[in-house]
Amino acid sequence: MSVLIFVDIAEGKIKKASFEAANYGAAIANQMGTEAAAIVLGNCTEDLSMLGNYGISKVFHNTDSALNVFDAKVYAQAIADATEATTSNILIFSNTITGKALAPRVSVRLKAGLVSGAVALPDTSNGFVVRKSVFSGKAFASVAIQTDKKIISLNPNAFSITKSNNSATVETISLTIQPSTIELVSVNKITGDVPLGEADIVVSGGRGLKGPENWGLVTDLAQLLGAATACSRPVADIHWRPHHEHVGQTGLAIAPNLYIAIGISGAIQHLAGVNRSKTIVVINKDPEAPFFKAADYGIVGDAFEVVPKIIEAVKKLKGSV
Amino acid sequence: MKILICISKTPDTTAKIAFADNNTSFATDGVQWIINPYDEWYALVKAIELKEADPSIVLHLANVGGADTEPIIRKALALGGEEAFRVNTDNTDSFFVASQIAHLAKAGNYDLIFTGKETIDYNGASIGAMLSELLDVPFISHAVKLELNNNVATVTREIEGGEEINKLSLPAVISCQKGMAEQRIPNMKGIMGARSKPLHVSEPVEAAAYTSIVSFDLPPAKAGVKLIPADHPEELVRLLNEEAKAI
Ligand SMILES: Cc1cc2nc3c(=O)[nH]c(=O)nc-3n(C[C@H](O)[C@H](O)[C@H](O)COP(=O)(O)OP(=O)(O)OC[C@H]3O[C@@H](n4cnc5c(N)ncnc54)[C@H](O)[C@@H]3O)c2cc1C
Repeated sequence: MSVLIFVDIAEGKIKKASFEAANYGAAIANQMGTEAAAIVLGNCTEDLSMLGNYGISKVFHNTDSALNVFDAKVYAQAIADATEATTSNILIFSNTITGKALAPRVSVRLKAGLVSGAVALPDTSNGFVVRKSVFSGKAFASVAIQTDKKIISLNPNAFSITKSNNSATVETISLTIQPSTIELVSVNKITGDVPLGEADIVVSGGRGLKGPENWGLVTDLAQLLGAATACSRPVADIHWRPHHEHVGQTGLAIAPNLYIAIGISGAIQHLAGVNRSKTIVVINKDPEAPFFKAADYGIVGDAFEVVPKIIEAVKKLKGSV
Repeated sequence: MKILICISKTPDTTAKIAFADNNTSFATDGVQWIINPYDEWYALVKAIELKEADPSIVLHLANVGGADTEPIIRKALALGGEEAFRVNTDNTDSFFVASQIAHLAKAGNYDLIFTGKETIDYNGASIGAMLSELLDVPFISHAVKLELNNNVATVTREIEGGEEINKLSLPAVISCQKGMAEQRIPNMKGIMGARSKPLHVSEPVEAAAYTSIVSFDLPPAKAGVKLIPADHPEELVRLLNEEAKAI
C-alpha cells in the first residue's frame, strides 16, 4: 500500500505541475502513514533522484522507445501495470492536458474512482473525500471515492510546494509497453513562453486594448515579470491573439498567483476561468466594469497611460532588488 | 463511416451558481439549459462539416440524462444530428456515464466518437478517455483540427505550450477543443426537421458508480478591491511587491 505519482516529462524535463503533484502525493502518503513513489515514462535528462526534494522516496523509470510518442492507450497500460507492480492504491496525476488523457483511462483499467481537478488534500476522516473545482471555477464539490484504489488529478497551481533536502532512489521498472497506435507527424512548440496553465503570473489583455498592434503593453509587462500572456475570448475570436491564450469558461481555466487584467470588462464567463487566481489586478477605464468586484487591486484609468508607468515602476523595482 | 457525438446538458454560462438540499445539489430554479459548449460548437459542428464534405457519413448523438435533456437533444438534431440515443438516467458518476455510452457505441459500431474536451459544469474531462479505454481504442484529447482520409485521421491536438499533429487509424475517440469548428445557429428547416428525427430512449445497463458528490460550496467572496489612483501606478507595484508579495 503506497501512493504513486505520475511524473510527466516534456522534452526531457520534468513539468512544473508534476512537482506539485509529487509533493501533493507525498503529503497524502504522509497523511496515510505510507511512502510516495513516482513513475516516469520516457527519456529524461534531469537527475530524477531530486524528486526526493519533493517527498518522493522511490522513482520507477521506464525508457522504452515506444514511449517517446505520447499515446494515451500505451501510457495508461504502463501506468496501470506500474500501479499494480508497486501495489500502490492511490495514484496521482496533474490535471493537465496529458493528465486528462491518462487518468480516466487508468481509472477504467484499475477500476479506481477518479476525482479530476482536485484543489486540496483528501479528507480521510470519514471515507475518502476530495475537494475539486466545478462550474469552471465558480464553485467546489467534495467528492467521495468509493473504490479501494483511488485516483486524483491535481489542478495546477492549487497546492503549494514544501521542499526538503532528501533524495530519491531511482530504479528501472519493466512494464508491458504496447506498440504505439499513434504516429507523431510533427510538433509545433511555441518556445520561450511560460506555459499559461502553469504560470505563476499572467498578464491578460481584452478588447479595451483596441488592436493587436497595442499588445506590446501586455507582452512587455509579461516579459519583465516572467509572466505568461492571456486574453479574453473576443480577442482570440477576432484573431488579435492565438486561441491558446483564451482564458475563461470556454477557454483555459487558470489559477496563477497573480492575474493582471488590462482592458477586460470581467464578464461572468471570463471570471469563471480566472477567479481562482490568488491576487487579481484590474486596469480598466470604466469604474463600473464588473471585474472590479472580483479584484484585489484596481486602477480606474486608461491602459495606454497607466501600463507604461507600471512597466517603468516594475523596472525600477527589479533594478533595485 | 459512422460518427457518434456525445452531448451533455449544462447550465447556461450566465446561470447563477447556487445549491439546494443542504448544498448537496445544484439549484436549478430559473436556470436555462444548453448543450455543453464544447460538445456543440466543436464536436457536433465538426461532425456536421465532415458530413457536408461526405454525405455518406452517418451522424448519431448520444446522451445520458433524464427526459428533461430532450430539448437540447432536439437542438442538436436541428443543427444536423440524424438520430439520437438517450440513456434514461441521471448522469452522476463519470465511469457510470462512460459505461452507458460504451454500451451504445458497441452496438452501433462507430468509426469515430467525438466528445467535448470537458463539460463546463462538472469539469471532469473524463468521459472521452474512459470511453476509449472501455472500447480499447486510441484516444486523442483537445483536438483543434481533424482531417479524414478513408480510415485514417490526421489530428492536430493541443499540448502544453503548443500543438502536435498525430495520425491514427480509426476507430478512435477524440475530444474536441476550440479551433475544430465554429458555433452555428440552427435554421428553421433544421428545427422543423428535428421534430421527426428518431430519438431512441433506453434504460441504463448495469454499471458501477466509483464516486459520489458529498456536497458543494462556493468560494469565499473577495474582501473588496483596493483602488489605486491612476496617476500613481507605482503604488500598485509597491503593494504587489510588499503587501501581496506577488512580484
Ligand atoms: C457561452 C459563452 C461563453 C463565453 N466564454 C468566454 C470565455 O471563456 N472567456 C472570455 O473572456 N469571454 C467569454 N465569453 C464572452 C464574454 O461574455 C465577454 O463578451 C468577453 O469576456 C468580453 O471581453 P473583453 O472584456 O475583452 O471585451 P469588452 O467586454 O468589450 O470589454 C472591454 C473592456 O475594456 C475597457 N477599456 C476600453 N478601453 C480601455 C482603455 N483605453 N484602458 C482601459 N480599459 C479600457 C472597457 O471599459 C471594457 O470594460 C463567453 C460568452 C458566452 C455567451
